[in-house]
Amino acid sequence: MNGASAANSPASPVPLDREFLLGLYGKMVLIREFEERVKFLFLEGTMPGTIHQCQGQEATATGVCAALRADDWITSTFRGHGHALAKGLTVQEMLDELFGATTGCCKGKGGSMHMGNMAKGMVPGIAIVAGGIPLAAGMALAFKMQRTTQVVACFFGDGAVAEGAFHEGVNMAAIWDLPVIFVCENNLYGASTRIDKVMKNPRVSARAAAYGFQGETVDGNDVLAVYAAAQRAAEACRNGQGPVLLELLTYRRTGHSRRDACHYQAKDEREAWFSRDPITRFATQLLARRDITQADLDAIKARIDTQIAQSVELAKQAPQPTLADLTTDVFA
Amino acid sequence: MPEITYREAIRHALAEELERDANVVIMGEEVAQFNGAYKVTEGLLAKFGPKRIVDTPITEAGFIGTGIGASMLGLRPVMELMFWSFYSVAFDQILNNAANVRYMSGGLINCPIVIRGPANGGTNVGATHSHTPENVLANHPGVKVVVPATAYDAKGLLKSAIRDNDPVFFLENTILYGEKGEVPTAEYLIPLGLADVKRQGRDLTIVTYGRSVIHSLAAAEVLHKEHGVLVEVVDLRSIRPLDIDTVLKSVAKTHRVLIVEEQKPFASVGSQLAYMIQREAFDELDAPIHRVATVDAPAIYSPPVEVEQLPNPQRVIKAALEMLG
Ligand SMILES: Cc1ncc(C[n+]2csc(CCOP(=O)(O)OP(=O)(O)O)c2C)c(N)n1
Ligand SMILES: [Mg+2]
Repeated sequence: MNGASAANSPASPVPLDREFLLGLYGKMVLIREFEERVKFLFLEGTMPGTIHQCQGQEATATGVCAALRADDWITSTFRGHGHALAKGLTVQEMLDELFGATTGCCKGKGGSMHMGNMAKGMVPGIAIVAGGIPLAAGMALAFKMQRTTQVVACFFGDGAVAEGAFHEGVNMAAIWDLPVIFVCENNLYGASTRIDKVMKNPRVSARAAAYGFQGETVDGNDVLAVYAAAQRAAEACRNGQGPVLLELLTYRRTGHSRRDACHYQAKDEREAWFSRDPITRFATQLLARRDITQADLDAIKARIDTQIAQSVELAKQAPQPTLADLTTDVFA
Repeated sequence: MPEITYREAIRHALAEELERDANVVIMGEEVAQFNGAYKVTEGLLAKFGPKRIVDTPITEAGFIGTGIGASMLGLRPVMELMFWSFYSVAFDQILNNAANVRYMSGGLINCPIVIRGPANGGTNVGATHSHTPENVLANHPGVKVVVPATAYDAKGLLKSAIRDNDPVFFLENTILYGEKGEVPTAEYLIPLGLADVKRQGRDLTIVTYGRSVIHSLAAAEVLHKEHGVLVEVVDLRSIRPLDIDTVLKSVAKTHRVLIVEEQKPFASVGSQLAYMIQREAFDELDAPIHRVATVDAPAIYSPPVEVEQLPNPQRVIKAALEMLG
């Protein structure tokens, strides 16, 4: 099964605003360049721990978060750098965190797998597979009880669907009509294991019907299709018609984690997906417009490269925590 | 004796027991096709085939529960947790089924399952991935808990664990996987519940287990060379059953006890040990029992601080000198 060809995304209404489109493009490039730079820093040995990166999946985070308001929330996973950048965390606070600095978004306590910033609507990354799903339902319950119109977008992978927490969480959200967008980034693999080995029914969005709520499969490498689907989902949630499950078909261009050389992805599968890279595809769409030129796109990339390079230098000098910081923040 | 890594020692134990008993099966995430997240099960799929070496979905409650059920009817599943940190997802199965079923069936059902995988901090992966649950597990009568420090111990203990008729939880260490040690080629078993004196001494007993054994031995070396102090290092190897006799023998010799554990101090293995030692050997003690444990906070990501959060040779030396002071 080539997941993407089975995508059934309705024609997306292309928003015509030039700045908005360039904004989406810039966000995706920011995520890609951030990840490439971080990969380099890890390989060079500058950074400890492990990393799970999202090169190739930039359209999911970007499209979903573009449909959210600043006061909406997201939950993320061990693979959270893209979600964080899309939700508005800064390159600096994230690099500082990766360098373990007190100026990092989690004061150097969380690291790559646990990035978050409450002020930006992102709880620290939930690195236990599926652990964020019931949590997101609970956040949505708070919105509902407090009569706000906020929504929460809950990111997770195809692998999470096998965990009990997925089923328990979506069912709770369904029976209480909670404003949650469950965003499954189906990249065909949970670590090295292909989904057809671990799911008899590989159509993740079909799970929604089993629990009595809406689900949709979308081309997750088409940022506008993702944006449109997320907008519809957010609208439904705000109108009391949540939850919604979005299955976004996408593909990971790098290994699962730092130590994974990714040999299990078949060559033809990789090539097919690389030819559908979300950034190059969107660039082609943008360049078809009269008011966007290659020079515009180049300028965006140049600006981002400079920004990241400067942030890396600052992060390397950022203050490190001491033993005294270890035992703060444990209790309220 | 040939030197092999801790990882290879575990692999050899698995292969030998798979060979010996057709009821032994290995299940877990990424154990078959990918050869294990930490390559412990490398080559086993090729040798024993997909009926014996089974990849599961990411579903800890599901696959651990499945393994427990299969063990109740005669299989001997050896389940790999990619990290012991994920045991909490399967805790109902571990606690209510594995630990209780024998008792509740009036001794009619055994649960000969092994759950194994790494449980350690020190790799800067943060709080959710650095749990050391040996105390939590050992709190439940009906289960056995083993934490090997060396390749030799890992192999002999794992073979015993697989043959044991109770649930055995086997806690490894990602930092030790690459460490080499002498392991005989001839078959051997190490009984569960037998501590090992890793270094003889007379001034102070360090009671420890897991990677802290390595830190304690390094500290003992420095204490000897630089301070003339002779430290005895007792490696528990098995947390439950606990070999208190070997500990007490050492206490009777040195009269001073320092517990070193990579473990949050509150209600830890060391707490239990300290209780047992003072209860059984109060008159032997010349000083209060002292302890070096993980500093009591969730595992921090910060690399320089995590080193200080965990036991390390410097912290052990400092505590030992305080006691002898
Ligand atoms: C409960 C739990 N089990 C196992 C893991 C180890 N692990 C981390 S990511 C991962 C694969 C997840 O696959 P998927 O949900 O598809 O997300 P993707 O990596 O593709 O983004 C695994 C097994 C974990 N973090 N949590
Ligand atoms: Mg996946």
